[in-house]
Amino acid sequence: MTQKAERTSGFYSFINNTNTVGYVFAFPFIFGFICFSFIPIVTSFYYSFTDYSMGSKTLTYVGFKNFIDLFSDEVFIKSLGITLKYVLLSVPLKLAFALLVAFVLTRKSSMVTLYRSLYYVPSLVGGSVAVALVWKQLFARKGLFNVVLSDMGLKTINWFGDQKLALYPLILMTVWQFGSSMIIFAAGLKEIPSTYYEAARIDGANGRQTFFKITLPCLSPIILYNLVMQTIQAFMSFTQAFVITQGGPNNGTLLYALNVYNQAFKYNHMGYACAMSWFMLVVMSIITLVIFKSSKFWVFSEGGDE
Amino acid sequence: MRIKGGTRRLIYHIVVIVFGFLMIYPVLWMISGSFKDNSEILRGSLSLIPKSVKVSNYSTGWKGFAGTSFGRFFLNSFVITAVATFGTVISSSLVAYAFSRVKFKGKKFWFTCMLATMMLPSQVIMIPSFLIWYKLGLSDSYVPLIFPYFCGQAFFIYQMMQFMKGIPRELDEAATIDGCSKYTIYTNIILPLLKPSIVTTVIIQFYWKWDDYMGPLLYLSKPESYTASLAIKMFADSASKTDYGAMFAMSTLSLIPVFLIFLIFNRYLVEGIGTSGLKG
Repeated sequence: MTQKAERTSGFYSFINNTNTVGYVFAFPFIFGFICFSFIPIVTSFYYSFTDYSMGSKTLTYVGFKNFIDLFSDEVFIKSLGITLKYVLLSVPLKLAFALLVAFVLTRKSSMVTLYRSLYYVPSLVGGSVAVALVWKQLFARKGLFNVVLSDMGLKTINWFGDQKLALYPLILMTVWQFGSSMIIFAAGLKEIPSTYYEAARIDGANGRQTFFKITLPCLSPIILYNLVMQTIQAFMSFTQAFVITQGGPNNGTLLYALNVYNQAFKYNHMGYACAMSWFMLVVMSIITLVIFKSSKFWVFSEGGDE
Repeated sequence: MRIKGGTRRLIYHIVVIVFGFLMIYPVLWMISGSFKDNSEILRGSLSLIPKSVKVSNYSTGWKGFAGTSFGRFFLNSFVITAVATFGTVISSSLVAYAFSRVKFKGKKFWFTCMLATMMLPSQVIMIPSFLIWYKLGLSDSYVPLIFPYFCGQAFFIYQMMQFMKGIPRELDEAATIDGCSKYTIYTNIILPLLKPSIVTTVIIQFYWKWDDYMGPLLYLSKPESYTASLAIKMFADSASKTDYGAMFAMSTLSLIPVFLIFLIFNRYLVEGIGTSGLKG
């Protein structure tokens, strides 16, 4: 009797109502989303139309001035170009490399797990300051790469002294960290039914045909996922450029995120920096959208899937 | 035929190992550099074996700078990383449970919001977030580095949801018949079964947070509150003539926790990245 009374009591049914349960469990996310994503985004949007700087008492609405200024800002244009070059070179190379290694390491051998771990090491440590400092030293004037070059009788290269060259060590460092993509590809390769390959072999397909007609189409949804994620990540690259080159020489490695950081925290142009972030958000959304839209031409989905 | 197959296999293994060695060469070079003399590093020697082993790099480096030793920096890193990782696991599992097991009004909307945050570049919210913490008077503290992690991390929520899909719903139903509420199903059924996914989260979040540089760079200004990653960079910049040996020694030490976790939980990590990236 008492139990029944409890069950029908208002509080008990309220607390066990699925709506209540849902919101209780989802509360951390909803709270975090509002406080750490939504409010900052709105604030950033608002500031991008002002001349806000930290410490100043006044805040003037400047309309689209910040956005218009972007296009007469030579440093900004240069930084945008460098970032595009960085993304366009590093992401495809990284994915191609990840796919190649994943493909090579699909053999059934007890060593494969060990090899995968070995190839994952750069991704594990690559984001750290420690490794960025090592990279800086490897490409230094008398660094390891130049020692190799001079041992081979070639001319040494002043990597970080030439604004046209300085970006390449950074690109190489990004490509080097192909581990996560590789593991995702490897998991995808494992999912491809072996019957496909058997059928292809019976039909007399060679290795290359099998790769392009079976492996690649079956992996295409995963390629799409990796492409989107890696593109977003590449646009946000910061630590390497900040630690290794500080954007130099002559802004030759001034990646977008570093430029935003400088404008905000070095020059205290908060409003302008917010406008820059918003511009980046729009550019990235367009690029992501283009990738998704294009996917229907190259991503293969099996019948029956949504 | 047999010999041919064997030779081919041997060549395969040799190529993979040599190439793998090249891949980790920079890391090995750093470790060996931590035992080298400054002049040997600056000469750009390729060798992984130091001419004379200089263990004193470690004691020199450990002294740190500005009167703060690396012991303190590592402790700071550890505290931030441990608390943030703990927060991620708890909050992400709660939210994942809501999204994958509970039907509630507005679920679709919040789930879409979560997917959106996964793709949202952090730089867009970096500046206003900083300003908000600054106005709250908390910008020079650990709060901005830790608190947001108690609100669930989209990537891990998603990963846990994928894992929960594999936990049979019949278990929930049986538990309901036995008198479990939605709350006790979470604590008694889902959470214990979620262990592999939790381990993956712990590893990935641990090394992301441990390596994090931008967060500490924005929010920490007092040397005694620096994390290891921030301290290493400052250490490299501070002296007029950088002591590379000591710098590499501290860099090597800073990577030890990451390597340890990687070695112990390797299997979980590989599986975790594989599944979270795959389905969806």
